[in-house]
Amino acid sequence: MKTNEQTSMAQPVSAAQLAYMQSHRRHHRFIRYARLTVLLCFLGLWETCADRDLIDSFFFSSPSRVAACFLSMVRDKSLFSHIGVTLLETVVSFLLVSLLSLVFATLLWYSRKLSEILEPYLVVLNSLPKSALAPLLIVWLGTGIKTIIVAGISVALFGAIISLYTSFLQADSEKQKLVYTLGGTRRDTFFKVVLPSCVPAILSNMKVNIGLALVGVIIGEFLAARQGLGYLILYGSQVFQLNMLITSILILCAIAMLLYQIIQGVEHYYKKKI
Amino acid sequence: MTADILKIEHLSYSYHNLSGETAALSDLSFTVKKGEFLAIVGPSGCGKSTILSLIAGLLSPEEGGITFYGQNGRRPGIGYMLQHDHLFEWRNIWKNVTLGLEIQHKLTPENRRRVEKMLKDYGLEGFAKKKPSELSGGMRQRAALIRTLALEPEILLLDEPFSALDYQTRLTVSADIARIIRAAGKTAILITHDLSEAVSLSDRVLVLSRRPACVKAEFPIRLTLPDNSLLAARMAPEYTRYFNQIWEELSNENE
Repeated sequence: MKTNEQTSMAQPVSAAQLAYMQSHRRHHRFIRYARLTVLLCFLGLWETCADRDLIDSFFFSSPSRVAACFLSMVRDKSLFSHIGVTLLETVVSFLLVSLLSLVFATLLWYSRKLSEILEPYLVVLNSLPKSALAPLLIVWLGTGIKTIIVAGISVALFGAIISLYTSFLQADSEKQKLVYTLGGTRRDTFFKVVLPSCVPAILSNMKVNIGLALVGVIIGEFLAARQGLGYLILYGSQVFQLNMLITSILILCAIAMLLYQIIQGVEHYYKKKI
Repeated sequence: MTADILKIEHLSYSYHNLSGETAALSDLSFTVKKGEFLAIVGPSGCGKSTILSLIAGLLSPEEGGITFYGQNGRRPGIGYMLQHDHLFEWRNIWKNVTLGLEIQHKLTPENRRRVEKMLKDYGLEGFAKKKPSELSGGMRQRAALIRTLALEPEILLLDEPFSALDYQTRLTVSADIARIIRAAGKTAILITHDLSEAVSLSDRVLVLSRRPACVKAEFPIRLTLPDNSLLAARMAPEYTRYFNQIWEELSNENE
């Protein structure tokens, strides 16, 4: 807990410590290769089955067909605008969800009355399947990027408010008392204790939000878009272009992974700094 | 000889919840002299912390009152040390010790210099940029004390500030901190479970009754110190007698 780093740096590393570090590294290397093997086995099996007509490649496509489809879409550049639109919508919904949930959770924290009054409404809105709202949004906002961003927000927002508010409430009450003893106000307890102590909770909440925003955006694109990966998936199924459909799904996987990794990177950076 | 700084008269306070009310203090009266080190002991749960919260103004008395005699008739500044050091992990030591000044918008160059000097005097020089987790228990406690002293309080309220430390650290840190407080000429009110701590650190020990608390007995402490060491008070010839007397009072109360 104290200054371990300094002592370990100054002293020569013992054989047991070396062995421990080696086994640690070996473990991680094994996991990495195993993950890669699972992916390659899956792709290999898929390709072989399609090749030998064990599965109908018209319905199930195959890695080589997906790759070909991907390359042709890269060549005619249609893919980039679809990916761009979906990314833009997701990032905008995510940022708005993060901002709005922070603002609302703060208001609820400030006023216990307000939070008690609004609690049942939040519970209802959180458990309501947001896809049920999508047709309503189309009527209100038309088809287009606005509707899709609102759909993305609606999926993530209420859960985010509830979980942020809960973590605000769990902030150490003794530390808040300390701020009062130093002559602080309720506002000071929020900015000096509650908010800084909730940064890890805010970050892990963001990880959930980015995934949910993507869900909302794809639902929105299914119903109300002429562009985007959601549109591509739906269009692919309508014209039986299953190569295109599966390519889009795989790109979606990559995007979800990428966005998650970015936030995890931020979280990592924060943990290192603290 | 010296003037009173704080007078508590007929103070009563109860906690309320739906299943009923719990009287914590009833008709409590005592005074504290300027520069005095007062220890308050009592059975657990007798409302000791409530007294400090009332003095600090975190709670308002239901009956009775607290009168302060500060300089120029003003209310004296009050510093409060809680059971744990509560250093914020997301701030470095400097940011922690200046938290009070930051909250009260008093981060003037003069105050900064004063805090820097305290860090130096109390053996924390060179630790300003460190995280709290890099400090030992005793150093953390001293940092917490500097955070409290940074606002230049006249009265210090100590709510079992050493109870979270291990025994060995506790002996040295408590003596150390008491010495700092005396040297700074502050008035201190210490709440503790530890009778030896009360006898060795304070000028006077108040024994409280069971809840609702009132003052049961009072012991002025006069120790002849054999030397200047941190643990000298515990070696004093009168130490055991005081300890036994207070123990007696408390045992009667616990029966």
